[in-house]
Amino acid sequence: MATRRPRVYGLLAEFEKPEQLLAAAHRAREAGYRRMDAYTPFPVEGLAEALGRHHTGVPLITLIGGLSGCAAGFGLQYWVSKIAYPINVGGRPFNSWPAFIPVTFEMTILGAALSAVLGMLALNGLPMPYHPLFNEPRFALASRDRFFLCVEARDKRFERGETRAFLESLTSRAVMEVENL
Amino acid sequence: MAPETPDAPNNPTPPVQRRSPVIQPGYTFGTVTDKIGSIVLTQRFGVGWWAGFLFSFGLVMMLFYAASYLFLKGVGIWGINIPVGWGFAIVNFVWWIGIGHAGTLISAVLLLLNQSWRTSINRFAEAMTLFAVACAGMFPIMHLGRPWFAYWLFPYPNVMGIWPQFRSPLVWDVFAVSTYATVSLMFWFIGLIPDLATLRDRATKRIHKIVYGILAMGWRGSAVHWYRYETAYLLMAGIATPLVVSVHSVVSFDFSVAIIPGWHTTIFPPYFVAGAIYSGFAMVLTLAIPLRAAYHLEDFITMRHLENMAMVMLSTGLIVAYGYVFEFFTAWYSDNAYELFVSFNRAAGPYAYWYWTLIFCNIVAPQLLWFSRIRRNVFVLFVIALIVNVGMWLERFIIVVTSLHRDFLPSSWGMYSPTRWDWAIYIGTLGLFLALLFLFIRFLPMISIFEMRELVEETSSNPSGGGD
Repeated sequence: MATRRPRVYGLLAEFEKPEQLLAAAHRAREAGYRRMDAYTPFPVEGLAEALGRHHTGVPLITLIGGLSGCAAGFGLQYWVSKIAYPINVGGRPFNSWPAFIPVTFEMTILGAALSAVLGMLALNGLPMPYHPLFNEPRFALASRDRFFLCVEARDKRFERGETRAFLESLTSRAVMEVENL
Repeated sequence: MAPETPDAPNNPTPPVQRRSPVIQPGYTFGTVTDKIGSIVLTQRFGVGWWAGFLFSFGLVMMLFYAASYLFLKGVGIWGINIPVGWGFAIVNFVWWIGIGHAGTLISAVLLLLNQSWRTSINRFAEAMTLFAVACAGMFPIMHLGRPWFAYWLFPYPNVMGIWPQFRSPLVWDVFAVSTYATVSLMFWFIGLIPDLATLRDRATKRIHKIVYGILAMGWRGSAVHWYRYETAYLLMAGIATPLVVSVHSVVSFDFSVAIIPGWHTTIFPPYFVAGAIYSGFAMVLTLAIPLRAAYHLEDFITMRHLENMAMVMLSTGLIVAYGYVFEFFTAWYSDNAYELFVSFNRAAGPYAYWYWTLIFCNIVAPQLLWFSRIRRNVFVLFVIALIVNVGMWLERFIIVVTSLHRDFLPSSWGMYSPTRWDWAIYIGTLGLFLALLFLFIRFLPMISIFEMRELVEETSSNPSGGGD
């Protein structure tokens, strides 16, 4: 709805321990914040759920990719052996499907693996070389030993002073304002 | 929490552990990150690295030279002949592919089985897989005779109107190996993404920032991203597990679908897969033992890892031994004159010395691993791993050469002896493998940093019972 980009991307709270971040994420959600994300140096169990994410599309994409690979693999062999280039060897069937299983299997694996990886990257919006969070120098620690919670400015309940006070109440080490350059 | 226990200081008697830990205590998220990251970002290259790299790079040059001469002259410079049409090329192909299997096994199967000890070895084991598959993939192409037509192996619409024969195991091989290479590469790369982000954030040199920044693709450790990432990683592990079994099964079909005595047995697929894991773990040990000493990684790659790998080696070695016994049993039980002759000829024919060396390397020597004193002796373990590497190479040599050199008719019998070009290409691929590994350990984190941080979190909360 807003046409102008807000000057502030959000408020970033820094924590020292994953448990503190997890508790903070739960509190923030209870307080009504929705547009937020947490940043951690390793996957923290239950954090995505605490932020209100219960599903990912990756398994479905992988299933579709695997089935497509399977169909393409078998279809190719059927078409080649029966239609495009039939070779009669002593009257044996052109569609000798048991002999087509290994390639069908490998193509299923290939389709599933490609779609799992590319699907994961696409849903995550990667590659994305630039992101406002990288404006905050302390954010570099998110890939080392610090845990961050960011409440974004586009959240309906976001109000600079109030949100900052709320985040400061959550055992955070520091709260930083992230600019949206 | 009620303050009933006054903050229990360092408990004076730590629980006695019978096995070494998977990571030495005392590490934090930060120190684990710095220790592994510094190898790439700040440590000097050192004389040892340069000596090792230049030596293996010299071998790569030898490979290029030998391969160029091969392309110029054709496969006649090799020792292959009729009846032994498959010489070193196929022996080396199967050996390299087999070595690759341990990497996938460690990264995928041990992940599904929730084995935390995989964490500090999975990254370089996966790298080893990739480099081994790269070496393996060259051999069938060089063996083609006219390698510039290698693309004919793939089904593509062409003006000749012809297509590959999909009923042939050799075509299955093309699909299996290329899928394996692709999936291994993707698995390895998505494992690297969070660590590349760590390197990007820790880098001080501009070139590091740019290169790692591009490779990390803007990863920022978002919880939502991690959630999808972990799902995809787990799915990849589930996908790679049947794949790794299928690859060596398909490789074994190259042999067992043929009607050559000594090849035509149903035990081949499981016995090839076990052999692959056996040789792969031997290679992981061969690499891990010098690496942990050179880069002082004893705290991360502990005795626990070495012992566990030794035990996997022992158990897969026993499966391989069972395979040898059953080859003999099948030959005897079939009562087929040719099958019986092949078995007899292996043990007492012109290649008997090679055969008994193989039995010593693959069956006798690893029995020492029953003793935990031996498993905990790093030097002896290293020697046994080397012996198994040699043994598994000899196994493929015996399978390929002894089955072929005595044809059905004695008039077509022959002998095979490799030429210096066979050796040059084989040793050249060893150089390529080592050169790639030398580059890898200096330019990418050889231990998964984010998984080590996870391990620190798990092990720090376990003994005290704290954490939720």
